[in-house]
Amino acid sequence: MSIAILYDGTICAGCRICEEACAKRRELPYDARIAREERLSAHKLTTIVTRNGACSRKLCMHCGDPACASACPVSALRKTALGPVVYQESRCIGCRYCMVACPYQVPAYEWDQRLPRMVKCDMCHDRLADGETTECARYCPSGATVSGDRQALIREAERRIAANPDRYFPRIYGLKDAGGGAVLMLSSVALEKLGFQAEVPQEPLPQRTWKALSSVPDLAALGSAFLGGVWWITRRRAAVAAEGESESAGGKGGGVQ
Amino acid sequence: VTRVPKFSISRWVFAALVVAGAYAAYARVAGGLGGATNLNDGFPWGIWIGFDVLCGVGLATGGFTVATMAYVFNLRPYEPVVRPAVLTAFLGYLLEILAVLFDLGRPDRFWHALVMWNPRSPMFEVGWCVALSTIVLFLQFLPPVLERFGLDRSLRLARAVLVPLVVAGAVLSALHQWTLGSLYLIAPHKTHPLWYSLQLPLLFYVSAVCAGLAMTVFESCHSRKAFGIPLEVPLLARISRLLSAGLLVYAVIRIADLWHRGAWRLIRPSRPEAALFLAEMSLLLVPAALLLGPRWRRDPRWLHASSVMVILGFVAHRLNVSITAMQPMLSLRYVPKWTEVAVTLASVALGIAAFGFLVKRLPFYRHAGDLPTAR
Repeated sequence: MSIAILYDGTICAGCRICEEACAKRRELPYDARIAREERLSAHKLTTIVTRNGACSRKLCMHCGDPACASACPVSALRKTALGPVVYQESRCIGCRYCMVACPYQVPAYEWDQRLPRMVKCDMCHDRLADGETTECARYCPSGATVSGDRQALIREAERRIAANPDRYFPRIYGLKDAGGGAVLMLSSVALEKLGFQAEVPQEPLPQRTWKALSSVPDLAALGSAFLGGVWWITRRRAAVAAEGESESAGGKGGGVQ
Repeated sequence: VTRVPKFSISRWVFAALVVAGAYAAYARVAGGLGGATNLNDGFPWGIWIGFDVLCGVGLATGGFTVATMAYVFNLRPYEPVVRPAVLTAFLGYLLEILAVLFDLGRPDRFWHALVMWNPRSPMFEVGWCVALSTIVLFLQFLPPVLERFGLDRSLRLARAVLVPLVVAGAVLSALHQWTLGSLYLIAPHKTHPLWYSLQLPLLFYVSAVCAGLAMTVFESCHSRKAFGIPLEVPLLARISRLLSAGLLVYAVIRIADLWHRGAWRLIRPSRPEAALFLAEMSLLLVPAALLLGPRWRRDPRWLHASSVMVILGFVAHRLNVSITAMQPMLSLRYVPKWTEVAVTLASVALGIAAFGFLVKRLPFYRHAGDLPTAR
């Protein structure tokens, strides 16, 4: 079974209790000033975004084939079978390629630390493993955020859109974006209008780099064989030329040996 | 040794750059990346990656290319520029490693990249390419050192393995450029379509070969002034002919790719990206076209000017891919902090100084050659 989070922006009242619950779990400071920052950062792993009277939420989308995990040179990021994309800090070298790779601009960096880490939502993976819900779902008073079986939540999202076509923009965000992930979102308007990245590719991003990388062994073999071949030919040619020269130079006495 | 050394940049500028760089290095160590850079969550990579790493190793490619021409293709006229070009490449790679150590959040764990594998990551392959290329370049850099100190047996050994090393270096540098280009394939949503292309790995390779050749010409022109090395115009003309061919290959791939994707429609006079694109392309196309003419190729001043244009065009392309192409796509902005620029300039200055120091003391120019001419 794989777990997902379903966030419904049409139910969300924008109370930000999810933000506070998340900060508490990760032992991060949370106050009125941080509540007003409507963007992800090293001290804010999820945020409610309020714009034009509509609510939306930002957090790690826990992609099925995560760009960040494919990008990480030291395998510090890993997609778990249960759904969360988790980060193993002890491996991280701080190259920040995960931040370049993420199609949602989710990973944040502790820029001011001397021993900095990448920071992002871990979907409360230890709680999920114990059969519990995520903290944001647990504390959400309106039921706008719920967590549970992904297939069941997809059916639930489809049911809501079908039952109230006027209320919803007819799209489940996160279902197919970047290949689909463990966070699903519903909204009354297109999320692009609420300040989200307009074009997230629909296929998993790691395919793009893999296409180029998978030809590396062939390139290495072909390149070495080509250069080796050229060297053999040029050396042979030089040897033949030298032989010819020595024959014609020493050819006074006799040709046949 | 008693001769007063003449630097192409005056010494006090050098001293100022080194002092500024040392202060910036201190700021990086004491204040972290946040204290020394303007990097942010939207722009996790700045000029240390865009210039020091991407351009540094690209300009170093000349060492691999001319060594391959001289010893694999057996074109011995190339031989006089091989040793200085290999020295440039070796210094370029050392400075790249230095820049990476500045840029990594946890430089103390750099070795993780070689030990904790992820074969799906272009960054993992970049790490291995850097490590192996640097070893190969170090071994190729040795002959002048061994020659200077009269270590004849070691020198014979170094020459015996020279051709395999040259082949390994050429292949590794090709893979290095290929994987550096692959890095950006993961970010189609962040990179402006004039620069995002599935051909980036190939474009990075071809442009690096061109930039490496241009760097070899540039360096020869300056070595004449700085160290009194005679200028070998026929050889530089020959390199420039190859450079012109390489640039035309690059232009064909670049333009065909833009055409195929329909991205050429984005070249509108009102857009700043279009101006950057046109500047970048003309810096590469003008020398490509003019170097085709034998008359232009015989003029040392033009050889020098065209090499400068190619280097600038190459640097423009890499900075555009890594920084400016992302600017219009993101809400956040990035302008390098002065400490970032200081580290970059200081490392370039140190590279030039190390080149001058070594060239004056070891036989990089005016030597008999590393392999017998014909057997």
